[in-house]
Amino acid sequence: MNEQTVILFTYFVLAAFIGFEVISNVPTILHTPLMSGSNAIHGIILVGSLLIAANAQTPLEIVLGFLAVLLATINVVGGFVVTDRMLEMFKTRQPGGEKGKEK
Amino acid sequence: MIIATELIYLLASVLFILGLQFLSSPRSARHGNWIAAVGMVLAVAWTVVVLRSSFTPAGIIICVTGVLIGGVVGVVSARTVKMTAMPQMVAIFNGVGGGAAALVGLSELLKLAGSPEFQSGIPDVFAVIIGCISFAGSIIAFLKLQELMTGTPITYPGHRVVNGMLVLLILALAVVLLVVNGSVVVIIFLLALALILGITFVLPIGGADMPVVISLLNACTGLAVAASGFALDNFALIVAGTLVGASGTLLTRKMSDAMGRSITSVLFGAFGQVQVSAGGGPGVGGHTVRSGSAEDIGTLLAYSRSVIIVPGYGLAVAQGQHALRELADLLERRGVEVKYAIHPVAGRMPGHMNVLLAEANVPYEQLKEMDEINDEFKQADVALVVGANDVINPAARNSPGSDIYGMPILNADQARNVVILKRSMRPGFAGIDNELFYDHRTIMLFGDAKESLTKLVAAVKAS
Repeated sequence: MNEQTVILFTYFVLAAFIGFEVISNVPTILHTPLMSGSNAIHGIILVGSLLIAANAQTPLEIVLGFLAVLLATINVVGGFVVTDRMLEMFKTRQPGGEKGKEK
Repeated sequence: MIIATELIYLLASVLFILGLQFLSSPRSARHGNWIAAVGMVLAVAWTVVVLRSSFTPAGIIICVTGVLIGGVVGVVSARTVKMTAMPQMVAIFNGVGGGAAALVGLSELLKLAGSPEFQSGIPDVFAVIIGCISFAGSIIAFLKLQELMTGTPITYPGHRVVNGMLVLLILALAVVLLVVNGSVVVIIFLLALALILGITFVLPIGGADMPVVISLLNACTGLAVAASGFALDNFALIVAGTLVGASGTLLTRKMSDAMGRSITSVLFGAFGQVQVSAGGGPGVGGHTVRSGSAEDIGTLLAYSRSVIIVPGYGLAVAQGQHALRELADLLERRGVEVKYAIHPVAGRMPGHMNVLLAEANVPYEQLKEMDEINDEFKQADVALVVGANDVINPAARNSPGSDIYGMPILNADQARNVVILKRSMRPGFAGIDNELFYDHRTIMLFGDAKESLTKLVAAVKAS
């Protein structure tokens, strides 16, 4: 383990705690949109896919890189759009909605 | 450049955290999604800027075509999917993300193959394994929810042993790969086994538990992404992937809590098998079912003082939410008090029913959550159950032997009359018989939910 790995590991541990903390008060009605939204966030794998695809040279690298970019883009674009569509439904009844939500 | 990159990734990470936080509150949820999307655009755009001088000609082509095709596929499928098919759409989006993480890990691993530094491939191996499980598992979840394959659990004797063996085999291969021999053949074996594990892991789980499984696979993809972040020394991948991994794990727990099930029983319990021992619960088996005409039920509804509607997935499948609102409006105009009782997992996912009814412009104040309304059923003249089954099954309260025992249910059985609109006597998604159907206060109206509701509207108008 070199210094760089330790630093990355630190980010990992801290991010794990934040991930737990940040959604701890989510109400049941938002479970589905939240799952869908966080599903879009792991579409960040597009960054990784671009990194491997950018300097692809051999046919194998080209195929793997293309597939990775393609799948990651579907994940990220579809994920955000579908989440927005779900949440759009909540918006139309906002005035009453907020009143009803607060117990 | 490196410092700028780290700062941009930090900014993106902050936006992801804020996005998740906003997504957990009804008021700000939509903004939260946008904030996270901005973070994503920032991270991806800056990555392209950094890479601009190192693109190979082939690299440019595959990146551009991949993004274009993927973008179109993503937007079109997300825009056109029916609201009822939302859960399986999320499963697919999650699956392809897992697949991408596995491919990134695989590419890095192949670069290392045969080199003496193969030990540094631990995160790559991890990304490949988890990514493949998530990919294959999500596809099975999609097939089950889309009803392209049976939603009932597919079990065979010793399926748990087989899964356990697969896990051990994968771990052993991973060790061989990293310590002894970093050959391509071993990599391919590992890949295949992880895909098989993804399939065999989800097959024995019933359709009713799929949301919990999708949430878990979502967390898995997050971890696979974080692992590929370690492989690429990339800060953004690690933080975003870990955020999803951690919040997804917690969300999985919250979801199974909302369904009154423990995660272990969801994952290893093969829930939803048609029960062999149906005996025990009084009323089940041998008793007759009272089925009524739309006219009778229409009159009953029209002359009630209060009606509580219990919508379920059958309503969603029949696209009957608009007809239901018409019926409710009609009743209200006659002075009947109408409320909707929403079970946390009505539909196929927590919160799914709220989305569907909102689409039909049902006033939000009429939607009551389970805890809010459960005591009101006693005073209600009619509990009108539309395409729901398991969420009103008294077995969850009364028969400790039942698979759904302990699941919180709506007390529809306490209303003075219970009207159940249902396609057939087929058991619900969980595959468990419902004694309420045989109760003397229950009237069944068989048929497609939308057609039945339309008939009821006509009957109420006539009376």
